[in-house]
Amino acid sequence: MLADKDRIFTNIYGFQPWGLAAAQKRGDWDGTKKLLEVGADAIVEAIKASGLRGRGGAGFSTGMKWSFMPKESKDGRPSYLVINADESEPGTCKDREIMRHDPHKLLEGALIGGFAMRAVAAYIYIRGEYVHEAHRLQTAIDEAYAKGFIGKNACGSGYNFDIYLHRGAGAYICGEETALLESLEGKKGQPRLKPPFPAGVGLYGCPTTVNNVESIAVVPTILRRGAAWFAGIGRANNTGTKLFCISGHVNKPCNVEEAMGISFRELIETHCGGIRGGWDNLLAVIPGGSSVPCVPAAQIMDAPMDFDGLRDLKSGLGTAAVIVMDKSTDIVKAIARLSYFYKHESCGQCTPCRVGTAKAGKLMQEPVWDGATLEDLAQVMSDASICGLGQAAPNPIRSIQKYFPDEVSEAAWKGKLPSPGEPLTTEHSIHGETK
Amino acid sequence: MPTLIVDGIEVTVPVGATVLQACEAAGKEIPRFCYHERLSIAGNCRMCLVEIAPGPPKVQASCAMPAADKQIITTNSAKVKKAREGVMEFLLINHPLDCPICDQGGECDLQDQAMAYGRGTTRYDENKRAVTEKYMGPLVKTVMTRCIHCTRCVRFAEEVAGVEEIGAIGRGEGMQITTYLEHAAKSEMHANIIDLCPVGALTSKPYAFEARSWELKTTASIDVMDAVGSNIAVASRGNEVMRVLPRLNEDINEEWISNKTRFAIDGLTKRRLDKPYVRKNGKLVEASWNEAFATIKEALTGVSGNEIAAIAGDLADMETMIALKDLLGALGSTRVDAREDAAAFDAKSRASYIFNSTIAGIEKADLCLLVGTNPRLEAAIINTRLRKSVRKHGLKVINLGPVSDLTYPVTQLGTDISILKGIANGSHPFAEQLKTAKNPIIILGTAALARADGGHILAAARSIADKYAMVKDGFNGFNVLQTSASRVGALDIGFATDGAIPAILSDAAAGKLKVVFNYGADNIDSAALNNAFTIYIGTHGDAGVKSAAVILPSAAYTEKSATYVNTEGRAQQTQKAVFPVGDAREDWTIIRALSGVLGKTLPYDDVHALRISNIVKATPAWSAFGESGDISSGPVVLSITDYYQTNVVARASETMAECSRVGRGDPQLMAAE
Repeated sequence: MLADKDRIFTNIYGFQPWGLAAAQKRGDWDGTKKLLEVGADAIVEAIKASGLRGRGGAGFSTGMKWSFMPKESKDGRPSYLVINADESEPGTCKDREIMRHDPHKLLEGALIGGFAMRAVAAYIYIRGEYVHEAHRLQTAIDEAYAKGFIGKNACGSGYNFDIYLHRGAGAYICGEETALLESLEGKKGQPRLKPPFPAGVGLYGCPTTVNNVESIAVVPTILRRGAAWFAGIGRANNTGTKLFCISGHVNKPCNVEEAMGISFRELIETHCGGIRGGWDNLLAVIPGGSSVPCVPAAQIMDAPMDFDGLRDLKSGLGTAAVIVMDKSTDIVKAIARLSYFYKHESCGQCTPCRVGTAKAGKLMQEPVWDGATLEDLAQVMSDASICGLGQAAPNPIRSIQKYFPDEVSEAAWKGKLPSPGEPLTTEHSIHGETK
Repeated sequence: MPTLIVDGIEVTVPVGATVLQACEAAGKEIPRFCYHERLSIAGNCRMCLVEIAPGPPKVQASCAMPAADKQIITTNSAKVKKAREGVMEFLLINHPLDCPICDQGGECDLQDQAMAYGRGTTRYDENKRAVTEKYMGPLVKTVMTRCIHCTRCVRFAEEVAGVEEIGAIGRGEGMQITTYLEHAAKSEMHANIIDLCPVGALTSKPYAFEARSWELKTTASIDVMDAVGSNIAVASRGNEVMRVLPRLNEDINEEWISNKTRFAIDGLTKRRLDKPYVRKNGKLVEASWNEAFATIKEALTGVSGNEIAAIAGDLADMETMIALKDLLGALGSTRVDAREDAAAFDAKSRASYIFNSTIAGIEKADLCLLVGTNPRLEAAIINTRLRKSVRKHGLKVINLGPVSDLTYPVTQLGTDISILKGIANGSHPFAEQLKTAKNPIIILGTAALARADGGHILAAARSIADKYAMVKDGFNGFNVLQTSASRVGALDIGFATDGAIPAILSDAAAGKLKVVFNYGADNIDSAALNNAFTIYIGTHGDAGVKSAAVILPSAAYTEKSATYVNTEGRAQQTQKAVFPVGDAREDWTIIRALSGVLGKTLPYDDVHALRISNIVKATPAWSAFGESGDISSGPVVLSITDYYQTNVVARASETMAECSRVGRGDPQLMAAE
């Protein structure tokens, strides 16, 4: 269990005020100028050494990502930092808590990160539904400007750095980094083709790095306490602390900051009061938000909760949104609901995702699944889709086929049919009523 | 220059090429729907999948992948085949099986590629998605259920046509292509989306259910609706022109044509003159050719050469003008002209009346001065090329003339044409820009030259071209944008006299001219010809016939093989796609036959002999033209205000009339109606 002294987000539950004065008491904006004085390259090296991997889901080394940015502008184009606060992955609510209760951590991180990648400004793209959070964040930005922490000569460092808050309109796809950039530019939120990658041609055609809120918010603390401290937490290659969002059939669902690599059992027992109805009642877990495949109980129970540990289970840490399902769950209905979400959120740009998500939704409502056809459908979607949405959308279907094939078999369907003389009710109906 | 191996074939492609282009260079066919060479890459249909090594172990869309050195591309593996079958099956999930009643049938990319790359059967029997039709104006018919969302039409409208009116609304399966609020697209070019649409979602409205593509005979020809000379393919069935499609010519129209070029053809069957007419007691009555010729012979009796004149209109072909000029010469007259607007061209210097830089040459320019012209209405194809150059090569366009939306950013100098003087003598601030430009061009509209001081304007434009080094080795930036297909050819053969047609008209009105041959000049005040014996040779019952004493019916541009010289000075020939209507004859043969009746038989028996005897002279060097003098202040009145009603064919066309009505903003169908 993570010691209290090692927690980065000390106000994640909002027990203290969120404003600047309280944030400064918690250590934010303390000697930021000094942190910047070591120089941009030293900051990037420190982040690399800390082993911080992107907290948005893909788990790419943050320091490495920053190092892709041009060290100087050869053609006069400025560089930008874009912070992805479009937190829409089902089950995920970590960035929300950061922006709600600890917004200055994010802003200080933005300044340091922006400085390290020689960006002239940071754009924070916050999802439209986060109205309250957007207000708080904007207030925090205003506070920071008033104190001279950002803006001209930020923190007295001589570096000019602006932070802009931009509210999205509520599309899941705008959490995809290039769709986010399109949306930020005022266009329809649809992913761009890669290459070129944002580090070369990003926002307004300029070099851009898109980082998750949590990745940026942990940066000041890493620099203050040293890369070695952060690297010392968790397992090799999966270092540091992480906000887990545990929801579903646990006794006390919560957001909690924990060390990477903590076992699922310890995470649940320590912070969530155990599984509802005991460990024997656990059916399956979706460990990283709806886009990662679900893992059956037996495999997840003692698995380490980090990028590599869950990858070994053919799943992923994703955003660390742990969705726990006990045996009362109609797993097929639950998964079909997720599929409906993807259909609703598909942007419609590319054929596999536009057609596939809709067709998958219809096919999943069949009481007996046509496994071969669904597998072909899933294959086309994951092979040919432009962005991660279409590639990940068939994951839930595949987990059912892999782990719970009996639920959609003919035998299961016959078992649900009424015995002779008994009337047919909705209970006997198909799995997913997703309309 | 990266070198790749495509299915074992080594190819080298230019830097910046895509994997798809590399595959094509290797002779491999890659199926595609959204990819189009002249549009930006969307990469959304996902049909062009190939295997690329090194790279992720899955198939990838080749259209958006840059070709890199030492890549190994596989286009024919089982994995690729299965992936393409999968995408094709996806595309067909919601595509209706209405090929038998679809106008795209037979020339449909989806049909063809489903045959070549699809599975034989479908595994999905759920209901298909259905989408309501969208109103896109009188030219484009929509069946949006067929749409596969390739967004070619959206990209065309935005990038080539320059009107951001077509877009996609909704997302996911609810995505729909539509015009903004379902208004008619306001562009002279947007009907090209019919050709671009790979399925039957956007088809031609006037052509709906008229013919199947395999019933049509295609004739390669030239368009005469404007002076561009777009290359077209005339598709006919029996003796009727069914449709016009663009033909590729990189130097002129690339692969686009304007709406008028494409859709004015229904005017070829309406208001046609199909018999000779002779005016008796003030009324035109049908007559035989012999009767008509006899009437003409009688009228010419005793008339001296200086009492005869000939005028030609905007659709006049060169052969006929040559014959007409020769005939008048035989009758003792040199009074011939084809300039309905008295534009002050110097017929002795070819450079003074053609588009010297050529249309493709616009892409070499970095600064363009428009004087008294609206290229969007006068030559939509050239305007499209200007827009392309603005987008791709950073061309800056400066306009001196009435303000209009040209679909690209334009710096407005003013509407007073006398500003030209300041530019010519270097006192205008814009002169600095011209001085620093590397390859400046000037585009002079005919409307500017049609003013009383047109000769002075021509001279001023010429001095601007000289002063700012627009004319140099291998490039001449002095351009005149003609508006009629006949004009350059007429000037080339000297079918021009002082004062142009207005002078002939005033002489005729004053009774100085006894006989006037009117070869299709309809954009004039024909009442001026009431005093003279007017012989009208033309195709349509338009303005010209009102004053005619004799009408000789001739062939339209789809009904004859004739030469036209476009505004660049490029001679091209139309081809005979169908026969002339009724008793109408090919134009030059009418003159030749008449010359026999008049006893002045012209010395050519077939069109080849006619052409050979009158080969166009070589282009003269950059010689003096224009006349120096003051330019009075005041705006240029543009010649074209209604793009869809510029000539007899267009005025006879119901489609063009509808476009004109919609363009004026008259009541039209709204989305809710």
